[in-house]
Amino acid sequence: MLGYLLRRIGLAGLMLFGLVCLTFVISNVAPSDPAALAAGPDAGRSQIEQARRDYGLDKPLPEQFLRYLTDLAHGDFGRSIATGRSVGTDLARYFPATLELVILAMALGVLLGVPLGVLSALRKDGPADHATRIFAVSGIALPPFWFGLLLQLAFATWLGLLPTSGRLSVFTEPPPPITGLLLVDSLLTGNFGLFREALSHIILPAIVLSLPCLASILRVNRSEMVEALRMDYVTAARAHGVTPWRIVMVHALKNAMLPTLAIIGLRWGWMMSSTVLVETVFDWPGIGLYAVSSAIAGDFKPVMGVTLIVGLNFMIANLIVDLLYGVLDPRLRRA
Amino acid sequence: MTALLEIADYRLAFDTFDGTAQVLDGIDLTLEAGGTLGIVGETGCGKSVLARSLMALNPMPPARVVSGQIRFRGSDILGMSDREMRRLRGRAISMVFQDPASYLNPLLAIGTQMEDAIRGQDAAVGERQRPRAAARARAAELLAAVGLPEPARLLDSHPHQLSGGMRQRVLIAMALAGDPVLLVADEPTTALDVTVQAQVLALIARLVAERGLALMLITHDLGVVAAACARVAVMYAGTVVEEAATADLLSRPLHPYARGLIAAVPDLDHPERRPQGIAGSIPSLITPPRGCRFHPRCPVATERCRSEKPLRREILPGRSIACHHATP
Repeated sequence: MLGYLLRRIGLAGLMLFGLVCLTFVISNVAPSDPAALAAGPDAGRSQIEQARRDYGLDKPLPEQFLRYLTDLAHGDFGRSIATGRSVGTDLARYFPATLELVILAMALGVLLGVPLGVLSALRKDGPADHATRIFAVSGIALPPFWFGLLLQLAFATWLGLLPTSGRLSVFTEPPPPITGLLLVDSLLTGNFGLFREALSHIILPAIVLSLPCLASILRVNRSEMVEALRMDYVTAARAHGVTPWRIVMVHALKNAMLPTLAIIGLRWGWMMSSTVLVETVFDWPGIGLYAVSSAIAGDFKPVMGVTLIVGLNFMIANLIVDLLYGVLDPRLRRA
Repeated sequence: MTALLEIADYRLAFDTFDGTAQVLDGIDLTLEAGGTLGIVGETGCGKSVLARSLMALNPMPPARVVSGQIRFRGSDILGMSDREMRRLRGRAISMVFQDPASYLNPLLAIGTQMEDAIRGQDAAVGERQRPRAAARARAAELLAAVGLPEPARLLDSHPHQLSGGMRQRVLIAMALAGDPVLLVADEPTTALDVTVQAQVLALIARLVAERGLALMLITHDLGVVAAACARVAVMYAGTVVEEAATADLLSRPLHPYARGLIAAVPDLDHPERRPQGIAGSIPSLITPPRGCRFHPRCPVATERCRSEKPLRREILPGRSIACHHATP
């Protein structure tokens, strides 16, 4: 098991280096001139050259790359050229908002997707199976921005039950961050009113973000369960008198969860990046919105930072999935 | 006294996309308590489907009972609810499977699988499930009974860590968990190495003798039947064509198909006699031949065989043949 663990972690390290290279390349192939942006709209040629020297952009690329690496190693993501703020500080502010959204969306996806997948596998080709199939196909097919607008129209405008945007009402003072996740912080401080408010704000964007994730978890889990229930070991378990509940929930589901886990890992990273659309529709102050506004301004450092964070999330999610594979499947534990 | 197991005019069909396959076409068989019956036949003759029928393990649909009864201790299995059937599984009828690698769950420890079986059987008869520790102790006892060393360590192992012979012993141990009276073994040695086959067969024979189990052994290997079964039924394309004491059948097969099977076995005492194959191949069960299902391959078939299905009749005491041309 230890060998397996070390191999996986080593592989993740290599991937991290590749990711850093990639973000660096992105910043250098972008068509905008960051020095011109930094110097301002009215700057002359000499001022632009001055800015270029200030930001080290006149150095050869290998040197720039080395400096980028050393800065990253010190936890320094660089400075936004447009605002002059540290990208690291910005990310620390915006990332928890996205993380909270993704965690809730993933929780919805797993907690509904897996049981519904099991249910439709057990009721294969029955009404429940058809209903979840229609639900899953629409979940994947509906464009999130359109679906988000529809929910806003229904729950905020018509029914007046939920707010349309933001993490909290504009009149509410955000609490001092502990974890940065409002739902967690409000519970930690025992502020249930704040918890209710945060929940009412997050629920619609979380639903919109989770729908494609929920749909794909449901479909994969269903087909894997159908497969697992047909396996010889399930026949044997029935013959030996194992209870039907235990056969479905342990003997078959454990096998079906392996491919489902892979989808969950991929969807985690996918949601981190696709949150852009949802954050825009719901004006959610996360890294998606941050990346979009920076990119529009031609401000490449924040985009690099966000790319790195999203990539890291992909990697960590897949590392965790790989480790869970090792826990679930004893055949993988052999070093 | 009623027999332990009575199968009467049992017909089973599979509804497939290509049509309805008449997989079992009127099976009549009887097994007394403590009796041993071998079922032999080619792949696809329906012997495994018959074995699974005894535990209601055939998926329905596509399988569908057309007619007949399978009476176990006098009550018809085919009419039982799933709940009633679960009371029998493991506790009255148990099954040993063909390929121990695929019939053990790859992700669960041997101990977990055995405990689940033992506790599930408790639940099926409406008892309180015994604690895991008690089930585990019982599992270790069973593993020791089938001759596996270090049961405690084995319970923590996973199937991939075991050899094929060990896995099959584990499955046999699981089959014994509920002290059944009837053991159905579906090709229990086919997937094993030749050297291990003999050991596993000897184990099954010993357990059957020690515990007074009735045994229904499904195989395509006449040698296996000779070693473990007092009686044998030869199946062809979903019908039983001959049923006899094993020694009688092996020394003097009467049905043309049974004769063909015996002639196909290499004779080590007379190596100059080349084994003879049976011409042709097994018929489609969706459009089976009219009359006797064997007639297209039969060397003695006549016009009557093409039109009239032969019924199995007792032509000698304890020996019955389904052939128009059979003579004692």
